[in-house]
Amino acid sequence: MSAPPAELPRWIDIGLIPVINICLALLVSGLIILAIGENPWDALVIMVRGALGYGEGVGYTLYYTTNFIFTGLAVAIAFHAGLFNIGGEGQAYIGGLGVGLVMLAFDSYLPFVLLLPLGILAGALFGAAWAAIPAWLQAYRGSHVVITTIMFNFIAAAVMVYLMVNVLIKPGQMSPESREFTEAGQLPFIHEMLAGIGITVTPTPLNLSIVWALICCVGVWAFIWRTRWGYELRAVGHNEAAAVYAGVRPRHIVVAAMCISGALAGFVGFNEIMGVHHRLLLNFTAGYGFTGIAVSLMGRNHPVGVVLASLLFGVLYQGGAELAFEVPTITRELVVTIQGLVILFSGALAYMSTPWVTRLYRLFVGWRADTAATAPTTTTGEA
Amino acid sequence: MEDAFIFAVLTLNATVRVATPLILCSMAGLFSERSGVIDISLEGKMLGAAFIAASVAAATGSPWLALAAGIATAVFLALLHGFACITHHGNQVVSGVALNILMSGLTVVLGIAWFHRGGQTPSLESSERFMPISLPLADVLADVPVLGTLYGRLISGHNLLVYVAFLAVPLAWWVLYRTRFGLRLRAVGENPKAVDTAGISVAWLRYRAVLICGLLTGIAGTYLSIANNAAFVRDMTAGQGYIALAALIFGKWRPWTAFGACLLFGLLNAVAIRLQGVPIPGIGEVPVVFIQALPYVLTVVLLAGFIGKAVAPKAIGEPYMKES
Repeated sequence: MSAPPAELPRWIDIGLIPVINICLALLVSGLIILAIGENPWDALVIMVRGALGYGEGVGYTLYYTTNFIFTGLAVAIAFHAGLFNIGGEGQAYIGGLGVGLVMLAFDSYLPFVLLLPLGILAGALFGAAWAAIPAWLQAYRGSHVVITTIMFNFIAAAVMVYLMVNVLIKPGQMSPESREFTEAGQLPFIHEMLAGIGITVTPTPLNLSIVWALICCVGVWAFIWRTRWGYELRAVGHNEAAAVYAGVRPRHIVVAAMCISGALAGFVGFNEIMGVHHRLLLNFTAGYGFTGIAVSLMGRNHPVGVVLASLLFGVLYQGGAELAFEVPTITRELVVTIQGLVILFSGALAYMSTPWVTRLYRLFVGWRADTAATAPTTTTGEA
Repeated sequence: MEDAFIFAVLTLNATVRVATPLILCSMAGLFSERSGVIDISLEGKMLGAAFIAASVAAATGSPWLALAAGIATAVFLALLHGFACITHHGNQVVSGVALNILMSGLTVVLGIAWFHRGGQTPSLESSERFMPISLPLADVLADVPVLGTLYGRLISGHNLLVYVAFLAVPLAWWVLYRTRFGLRLRAVGENPKAVDTAGISVAWLRYRAVLICGLLTGIAGTYLSIANNAAFVRDMTAGQGYIALAALIFGKWRPWTAFGACLLFGLLNAVAIRLQGVPIPGIGEVPVVFIQALPYVLTVVLLAGFIGKAVAPKAIGEPYMKES
């Protein structure tokens, strides 16, 4: 990605321009809604109300947000190392497989306090392993991580279909799902936890894993900006040749960054399998891995930005579901469309508005300088 | 013996039908990537073209208008990709991802809004589609053993767009390796600065490359929805754009080898469908998903450098910034 001109102040670069890009994406989305004969404003109102207007909606919004934080962080950390991980979808899938396998193996023997860290560990390890192969191939065999992670998404899907249909399916049923985990293998829902302290809210899939997501945000921030490894990772991302001179071994960094990225993506499985479905099943990743790309781009690869962008996408997903329910001509795929537009405008066309903004800013600065310069001359009366 | 021969011919026939969109898309990708523009949005362009072609065919009844509309859609998307990557130096992979996601959503949104059939377009009559063509002499030669069957059942009897796809390969080779434009196109993918120094516009060359890419993916999409099938169904490309990309890389970014890879991947798919539930002696029943995943596995193995070496165009993925 090309860098924007350096002379713009920070608030314009990381504040104004992303907002302009989102507005452009939403503007085009509005035009699409208009084109299918609906009122964009009404749609927006239904979406926001559906996502934030009542308890159940908020619960669902935060549940989606959890997944987006994981995949957004995954893409972000790879970006910092100069890598593009499109494989979040496959890594989340395999991460979920790891969580499911551990639960199926141990849920009758171990208590929840042990299964919780085991579940996290399994999601991380399986996700990391699935990212490690493309990473190793890029670092040591020179194949491009973008292509191999795309391929690994498809291979992950094939592996999961095979395992669910032929191996892990609960005997005596048609749909390819495993048996349900016992109570010990299930993360508590937030509504259950709130009920424990006497607060009653509508049941939603929101569960304990959102806390883990927030911990991951802090962890990723600390790792990238407060540790030596994070520094080396950014060094490789900025300028690999310079990093080598500084004594960094880029190959190690590439593999490490991708493994962390894969582990983070694998936590989607932690939320979905251990937190929501309580069994292994197909297609639980539902495109969250790809949304992570949009989330990371929008959040400028910073954990705080990722959380904000995840919230926005949580609102879009939940509000989109509500919109599809209320307006028959609109479907959930509208959200996918908006997501595509967001990636287009805040990713590929990120700097389209920069020349305009720069010109306006220069005009403004020049005008201010002019008035400042002309003010004293006019007072001296020289003309 | 006779049965085995017929079985083989039918499998090859299915291979041709499956391979057609792959061939068109990998030739499309060939032009784009040899000019230095990564294109992972073959899938999205094909999907968009398939949807619009089926919609126009349903609305007007003319397959030719549908073809034109399908091509126009893909060309528009290709130009958008070019606008982001060439004019604004955007990240080519991000732009490709954006187009793929955008199209997977938009085709369903518009499909439901226009036709109210859950994302499907109305079924087309045969007059609204590209139907199989009998090549001359197919009837006469039908009685000739072996050759007659091969000619009548394998070479003849496909629709027009299949032949277009098979002609696209020598044409792509000729354009890339035997014309001045092709030489410059390959040069701009290897060393854009040298091309710029020679006074040739890098941007205009790359724009022409993505235009050709749009044209070919448009034909591929149209083939899927109004030639090979009689309607558009949601997500009908089902990853074929990615398989075409894999074939392009598997073919080391060269027309004939990419063509070979498309046929190989097509054959794998055709065989997989036929082997569904059939036990192979000595191995047992091979799960179809594994045969279908084989193109991806093979491509990864190739990229890993275990079967030859696939070297990408040198300047691929790098936006060209003119020094000022």
